[in-house]
Amino acid sequence: MHKSNDKNIRKLTFSKAVREGIDQAMMKDSDLIVIGEGVPDPKSIFLTTEGLQEKYGDDRVFDMPLSENGMTGVCIGAALNGTKVLMIHQRIDFAMLAMDQIVNNAAKWHYMFNGQSSVPIVIRVIVGRGWGQGPQHSQNLQALFAHIPGLKVVTPTTAKDAKGMMIAALKDKNPVIFIEHRWLHHIEDAVPERMYSSSLNKAQVLRKGSDITIVANSLMTIESIKAADALLEVGVSIEVIDLRSIKPIDLDTILKSVFKTKNLIVVDSAWKTGGVSAEIITLVLESNFDLLKRAPLRITSPDHAVPTSHYLANEYYQDAKQIAQQILKFLGREDSIDTVDGILHTNNPADAPSKNFHGPF
Amino acid sequence: MNNQYRNPSLEAEIELFSIYTQLLRIRMIEEAIAERYSEWQMRCPVHLSIGQEAIPVGISTHLTKKDHVYSNHRSHGHYFAKGGSLKKMIAELYGKETGCCGGRGGSMHLIDLDIGFMGSTPIVGGTVPLAVGDAWSAKLKGEKRVSVIYFGDGCFEEGVLHESMNFAILHKLPVIFICENNGYSVYTKLNDRQPSRKIINIAKAHGMQVHTADGNDVLDIMKISYNAIEQARNDNKPQFFEFKTYRWLEHCGPDDDDHLKYRPQGELSIWKEKCPVEKLKNHIMSKNINYATQFTLIEKAIESEISDAFKFAINSNPPSIDLLNKHIYA
Repeated sequence: MHKSNDKNIRKLTFSKAVREGIDQAMMKDSDLIVIGEGVPDPKSIFLTTEGLQEKYGDDRVFDMPLSENGMTGVCIGAALNGTKVLMIHQRIDFAMLAMDQIVNNAAKWHYMFNGQSSVPIVIRVIVGRGWGQGPQHSQNLQALFAHIPGLKVVTPTTAKDAKGMMIAALKDKNPVIFIEHRWLHHIEDAVPERMYSSSLNKAQVLRKGSDITIVANSLMTIESIKAADALLEVGVSIEVIDLRSIKPIDLDTILKSVFKTKNLIVVDSAWKTGGVSAEIITLVLESNFDLLKRAPLRITSPDHAVPTSHYLANEYYQDAKQIAQQILKFLGREDSIDTVDGILHTNNPADAPSKNFHGPF
Repeated sequence: MNNQYRNPSLEAEIELFSIYTQLLRIRMIEEAIAERYSEWQMRCPVHLSIGQEAIPVGISTHLTKKDHVYSNHRSHGHYFAKGGSLKKMIAELYGKETGCCGGRGGSMHLIDLDIGFMGSTPIVGGTVPLAVGDAWSAKLKGEKRVSVIYFGDGCFEEGVLHESMNFAILHKLPVIFICENNGYSVYTKLNDRQPSRKIINIAKAHGMQVHTADGNDVLDIMKISYNAIEQARNDNKPQFFEFKTYRWLEHCGPDDDDHLKYRPQGELSIWKEKCPVEKLKNHIMSKNINYATQFTLIEKAIESEISDAFKFAINSNPPSIDLLNKHIYA
């Protein structure tokens, strides 16, 4: 952690920012409890819940039986009685066991009972990638949750948003699916020390540009920015929008950018079919069919499960290099691929977020 | 009228009449729903509990408004026994704006927060963990109350029930599990779904304090449940009840479906002999006092209340189309 006289430029990693957000929310709201498999254990959800049980006690910070569906229902029941709950799954894949409670109860309770009660619960799910996590430990299921009316689905990218959106989610009266990419955990940016909320329904332009609009989310925003920086070297100016909220989608911010660039690419870590990328392109075309100069492009993971072996998986995952290559093809600029590949060349392992990364995964 | 019966003094006639009134009222409401169902005004699935009235009436005598109840698809009896509004319920079945969910839920989604009926839903097992979580929250907040969850024998096959019992025992929560074992899941017999062993033994193995009684004998239910519910309330000891009972009508809908022969011939009539309403009436009559006038007065009063509720529902407005996309988020 770095600190200077101006507290606004204090830097914090994403994972520490999440922890600080939870900590400040718990300090402020004594009805808030935290539960999840491993929350108070020595690894404390990749250190994001470190020390919370010591600070707030074992009647506010809980470990959990391996009963994802039942416990989601338990947390919904607690929420119906006015206890605010943060529930954590170390893998988004584990939350699949809880889809009955999330889809049938949490998402619908407020609507089906005509607004008489609501379910203020945050379900924080972590997405893995690389290091052989394979078909059932690294899925990107944002579209699955976004399909369900009544859920809010957010995917913070920056450490600043990780804290601000966690605090906002914990203040919200609705079920919020807080999707967090494991590979963002070590990324640092300026995080204010004070308690603050970031919007749960607004996208933001993270990088200005004039030729192409990229809409991305979570880790893919970071990879898209890397690609955009390299592409500028060959004269391509890209605007990168960090979606932040998958449900609802902030179409205004996207349209404003596309009106300027007339080119739309969506980069999503999930699968293509029925995905967020399809939804965003459709929304733009529905609102203004003649807006685009070229057919829009989706850069996603291929429509199959990810294999474990890094020899195979490295091809599956999209990174800055692959994104840049596809953008150059999109523009008919294949001649620049070698140059951009050279700029984006890295000795970092493809199946870990950085050389310094030692897990735990 | 209900919910005040704390420590059962089962020989006090005034109490007996109050309990009888509740049993008969649930019976007559559901009979009225069945009778009018073919009019196509109540256009939603209805799972009637005729024959099963004693369980919620018996249990609810030990509950107050502060206690919370969660229920399932066959929830009418649970709702009325807790004190749920009749008018709002009938209006809900009619899909009207005055319904307890403004027409969004129908028979399978009843709610009356004023009296602690927190909600019923038709995914089997769906509300079981909610009651446990509600009890957990109550314990964390020191509310000294119980949460009750009603479910059927079919629910005992759902993993979520066992997950819920595990957590209730682990955290010592004031929750009352009530298994209404009517022997059938839709058309499928218990023996085709579960091995030959007692449901309560499994609950006991989870660490529950378990209790059984004749599910059609309201007085028996009241007797065995009073101390158990108080233990849950005061000592945070989760309780599990299994009551055998019988559904007289089809799984879903207003009719007798005995002609389908999924139940052995004569089984229904044996259970009709054990009618929970008649059973209590006979008990009161056995006190050798001529109560004929009282019985008639009770019946007339209920008839009139039901008639008013249907009038209320029929005369209520349908929900405004403008509300269709309201309450997606709180």
